[in-house]
Amino acid sequence: MRTAKKLSQISKVLLPAVALSFVGVTVAQADKVKIGFVTTLSTPAAVIGNDMRDAVNLAVKHLGGKAGDVEFEVVFGDDEFNPQKGKQATERLIKQDKVDIMSGYIWSHVLLASSKTVLDAGKILISANAGPSPLAGKNCNKNFFNISWQNDQTPMAMGEVLNKKGVKSLYIMAPNYAAGKNMVAGVERTFKGEIVGKDMTKWPDQIDWSAEMSKAKAANPDGVFIFYPGKHGGAFMKQYAESGLGGKVPLYTVFTVDSIGLPKFQSANMEAVLGSTMTQFWAPDLDNAANKKFVDGFKAEYGKYPSFYAAQSYDAINYIASAIKAVGGDMSKTDDLRAALEAADFASVRGDFKMGPNHFPIQNFYSREVVKDADGVWTTSIRDVVLANHQDTYAAECNM
Amino acid sequence: MDWVLIAEQTLNGVQLGILLFLLAAGLTLTFGIMDFVNLAHGTMYMMGAFFGATVMLATKSYLLGIAAGVAGSMLLGCLVERVALRSLYERNHLDQVLATFGLILFFNELAQVIWPTDGLTVPFPTWLGGTVMLPLGIEYSKFRLAIIGAGLLVALGLWLLVTKTRLGMLIRAGASNRQMAGALGVNIPLLFTIVFGVGAGLAGLAGMLITPILGATAGMGEVIIIQTFVVIVIGGIGSVRGAFIAAIITGLIIGLGRSFLDVLLLTFLSPNAAESAGPALSSMLIYIFMAVVLFFKPQGLFPPKSG
Repeated sequence: MRTAKKLSQISKVLLPAVALSFVGVTVAQADKVKIGFVTTLSTPAAVIGNDMRDAVNLAVKHLGGKAGDVEFEVVFGDDEFNPQKGKQATERLIKQDKVDIMSGYIWSHVLLASSKTVLDAGKILISANAGPSPLAGKNCNKNFFNISWQNDQTPMAMGEVLNKKGVKSLYIMAPNYAAGKNMVAGVERTFKGEIVGKDMTKWPDQIDWSAEMSKAKAANPDGVFIFYPGKHGGAFMKQYAESGLGGKVPLYTVFTVDSIGLPKFQSANMEAVLGSTMTQFWAPDLDNAANKKFVDGFKAEYGKYPSFYAAQSYDAINYIASAIKAVGGDMSKTDDLRAALEAADFASVRGDFKMGPNHFPIQNFYSREVVKDADGVWTTSIRDVVLANHQDTYAAECNM
Repeated sequence: MDWVLIAEQTLNGVQLGILLFLLAAGLTLTFGIMDFVNLAHGTMYMMGAFFGATVMLATKSYLLGIAAGVAGSMLLGCLVERVALRSLYERNHLDQVLATFGLILFFNELAQVIWPTDGLTVPFPTWLGGTVMLPLGIEYSKFRLAIIGAGLLVALGLWLLVTKTRLGMLIRAGASNRQMAGALGVNIPLLFTIVFGVGAGLAGLAGMLITPILGATAGMGEVIIIQTFVVIVIGGIGSVRGAFIAAIITGLIIGLGRSFLDVLLLTFLSPNAAESAGPALSSMLIYIFMAVVLFFKPQGLFPPKSG
């Protein structure tokens, strides 16, 4: 009798405790914040998406999977380099995986196709690469942020570089889609010389530029400006060298030469790439503590230099983590979340910057040059500040 | 007008045309003789590029790469024909389209499993690097010129094969009347395998010829196969001669369209409108041309003579 009574007494105490502990477990699980991240994980363009995913995973590792005390995880979606598929992947993340906040997006046309889905669901969207002009200006949204740059800014910096180098006539080639048009508009805005020819080529099908290069050769410009991201860049650089233009007309690029293409250029002995100039908001050797931790960590983990896509993705996760921490993991507090994102209080790999009123960064743009590092590996190295604390031109059109 | 530029753009157009011909020759034969719609023909082009690039990277020899590309895709073509496609000859075109579309997906994934996601890049062979000075001050890429030369040689060889040899006679007989050729004792299944293998080999050759320029990537076949279908429809399905002429015309339309259409549009459109209409219209030109050809000659320009 006594033992039985004792047992029942014990169970009276234990049961609620056990029950409570289950409650505790479920609460902790619900508290795990989910970040959706859409990028290109199939098709040959996955070489960019994989670099971004590697950087995201590194950021999660550096943070220990926690934003402050709040655990978080990243769920990836594949856009298959296609606006429709990108939209579907976005819908799946929001409706099925029930993510709390969305990020990623390499391609401007994919982002433009997907942004409505995220914003209509009342979620916050943070682009880790694409910065199309509509989302910076007329169609800016209080729940849309960009942690990379507005498309026009990098080519605007390039326009200034061209002026400084005394380039008087320029031939322009870029793909005929949202970002390509922004890039061309950017360089045209700051370049003071004459534009002697311009080709907008079919994207992404066209990878042979024989006709366009013949035209450029006939126009005999002081320089050629291009924007061809991903594998297109590699194919373009090779064809340029063999077209009779290489070595005669200097090539000025944006988002075309980076650590994704450089190992291939190096193994193909394309010496002409060494010393070539581009503009960018970041470089692996940009001197600050966060960047050093990122670049060293990336090289140790993956055995190669990170690309600018990787840098932005690493920043995106740290940026989001800073906001999750600020609201203590309660992602329903959208207003507080937004305020934290506007403050942008985190250690960025680009050093100090400010989030502008249209939710695009106000930051420096540098000229970079392709060099050999101490081990003979081709990489990009920072030169001068071309545009200091630069705000994009569409911010004035934004009315939130 | 700048005649040097026009000459150079003509060469660019011919180079593209040659490439299209190498693909169209095999496609038009399988379509014409076997009445078989093979969407996966572009896959042979891709696999030829990958086989060739792999061997070239290992041996540093472009010619060995080409040999590997042709042999590899030819063997693969025969294998695929024997294993997968043989049972589809009696089925309707929709079944064939579905099955060969499945092959495309399979091989694209396979290529991404075996080789790096962004494909393989091979250097230009040193003996074909840089440019060469042609008469009249035309400076042209040696490599593209070599593609034109190699393609013309293959076209000549194919013409000799089809018109002067017993195999060619059987192929022509098959194209005109398959049942009759079979009734006369021609080993049709063997003929089919040979034709399919030769077609795949030519596609592989095209793939490896262009790889130093474009690189070998998964999905490269789908970009060009649509244009190849346009070529064989314009040329007349089953006709190698028609495929050759139609391929050169199509190449010239694409090349010259891309180079001069925006200038032409500028004469009556604003620069902004011309800039965005130019590339869109130039990629439509070949379809417009195909529609015009089909309106006047529904069988294409050179339909094979049939009884």
